[in-house]
Amino acid sequence: MLGALGAATLVLIAAMVVTVFIKAWPSFSANGLRWFGPGGDVDAQLRAMAEGTPLPSHSALYFRAWPLIWGTIITTVPAVLIALAISTLAAIFLTEFAPAPVRRTLEPVIRLLAGVPSVVYGLIGILALAPLINDHLISEARRKSVARVVQLEGADLMLAILILAVMITPIMVALIAGALASVPVSWKEGSAALGVNRWRTIVRVSLRTARPAIVAATVLASARALGEAIMLAMVSGGRGFAANPLDGVTFLFEPVRPLAATIAQEAGGLTIGPLSHTLYAIAAVLLVSAALLSFAGWAAKQPLRRYGIRA
Amino acid sequence: MATRELTPAPAGLSVMRPPRQGSASWPLVDRAGYWLCWATGVALCLITVAIVVFMLVKGISYLRPSLFVTSPAPSLQQSKAGGFFDPIVGTLIVTAVGTLIAAPVGVALAAWLSEYGRPSRLARAVESAIEIIAGTPSVVLAIFGLLVFSQSFLGFLSETASDGAVTGQSFLTVGVIMALLALPLIVAAAREGLSQVPDRMREASYALGKTRARTIRRVLLPAIRPSIAEGVVLGMGRIIGDTAIVIILLQLSVTKNEPVGSVPVLNILRGTGSTLTSYVFYNSPAGEGNAHQKAYAAAFVLLMIVLALNFAVIRITGGRDRAESRRRRLLRWLRP
Repeated sequence: MLGALGAATLVLIAAMVVTVFIKAWPSFSANGLRWFGPGGDVDAQLRAMAEGTPLPSHSALYFRAWPLIWGTIITTVPAVLIALAISTLAAIFLTEFAPAPVRRTLEPVIRLLAGVPSVVYGLIGILALAPLINDHLISEARRKSVARVVQLEGADLMLAILILAVMITPIMVALIAGALASVPVSWKEGSAALGVNRWRTIVRVSLRTARPAIVAATVLASARALGEAIMLAMVSGGRGFAANPLDGVTFLFEPVRPLAATIAQEAGGLTIGPLSHTLYAIAAVLLVSAALLSFAGWAAKQPLRRYGIRA
Repeated sequence: MATRELTPAPAGLSVMRPPRQGSASWPLVDRAGYWLCWATGVALCLITVAIVVFMLVKGISYLRPSLFVTSPAPSLQQSKAGGFFDPIVGTLIVTAVGTLIAAPVGVALAAWLSEYGRPSRLARAVESAIEIIAGTPSVVLAIFGLLVFSQSFLGFLSETASDGAVTGQSFLTVGVIMALLALPLIVAAAREGLSQVPDRMREASYALGKTRARTIRRVLLPAIRPSIAEGVVLGMGRIIGDTAIVIILLQLSVTKNEPVGSVPVLNILRGTGSTLTSYVFYNSPAGEGNAHQKAYAAAFVLLMIVLALNFAVIRITGGRDRAESRRRRLLRWLRP
């Protein structure tokens, strides 16, 4: 009987993947592989679908997702890299250096940081930090230099990256600290016996042993960052604009629009035919990417089994 | 210094416990790394303190007792737009429905996976399916839910418009999808608990002639009650904090909770409304309400609920953990 429950769960997941793809198919088949490519203003395309007035000389389902995909990449990758650096150091601190009282405070703090709802992060970002950036960091000259293309208003790439990094750091700290803690003590003792100091032991023995787990943590955290919709819908500026890294520092102040945030922002239009097909197509892309990243995270951790380490 | 490092430390602790002044003799680069570790640890604490204090200040300055008892009303003036009584009720309903579905299903799945696990192909497949749910963005779960629940044969769960179209939007449908969000956490916690029950307890039960099913129900489930409770509380935290599912499977705007039909209780469950998270989103600059003070006040209430759940988990898991299993717990809490 319990097996039937398991089978039902399995059927449900299969149904989820299949139905999302069926609903998404018209959008993919109308645009072909160019769905993923650049081409025109994605905001205008979505607006046209929402209003039911196709863009001149294009079909009702015309959609080029590249600005959104690019927006997802340039928010996720830097955020994950920042979080990787911070969380590796924090995990070393937590497992190796922190005196017991400090560790007892840090663990609940990290849990709390993970538990703060994304809408609260978004609220702090848009109401407290975005005006700060707008008033103090964006100079008038910078605003003018891109005024013809895009308006800089404080809700931008930099804010999205920073908050996203804070949001995924706790997960990575937990995964990396778990791996560091399960490195056999005798291996570290062996290094200490050779006269290697504690820091070098950590870097050369613990970190190297835990490397698969660190890779796995990075991959899993990217999956989380990829799917973050609400916070990014609030702080990323919501402008389907392929920000250009060649703009130098201005790049950081340009608005972006990631994939998941787009679904949340256009949620009101899920009953409109062409728009809903497009949104389900975005969801299908997210679903496949998240599943691939989960699998990659699992695969990355396999070498640890060889050492008999459970992390 | 090296000799001090090798003195055996008290049981359970790493032999590498630092002599406090230990880094003095290290090369400069190593010492820089050591201090960088301290700096990030302290910085994480500071960020958390900053978030909590900021929300505390904003929350206390904007929170009024009247906000808790008045319903949201559509109005351009903030003073007439009401409070968040209905969103709080909505959060309670969604959490209750989600937990009531996810807890039994999650525990049953965990028992099946850990204790039976047969046929093993099916068990592996179910394990990966649960992993996939855990990794699926909640916004994708939400629009999948909308697709499923707007089928006409599931119309009894939500409202059917006059032209026969099913909205798919109700507290029930939100609850079901929220259950998917909490399920992986509950399964993981229960399985972790089951893996820590020593085999001799199972064997003792079999020796007394109990069947496997009765062993699970009478011996194993009572033994892992704290693990289950922990998983359920973690799941509740996830449910309370989620916004995407609410704004897609309930309505985007925030008004009074609207019952559908005339059967008591069921009419509220079939109706739509709002929760604290959708209230915050609606009243932030990203939504249409755009009432910052109320958004801060509601976000403060939300944060306090999350803090309370955090303390609940600390109470449940208690001081009975050794350092090692505590780290495992930290890991489980944060499972992505």
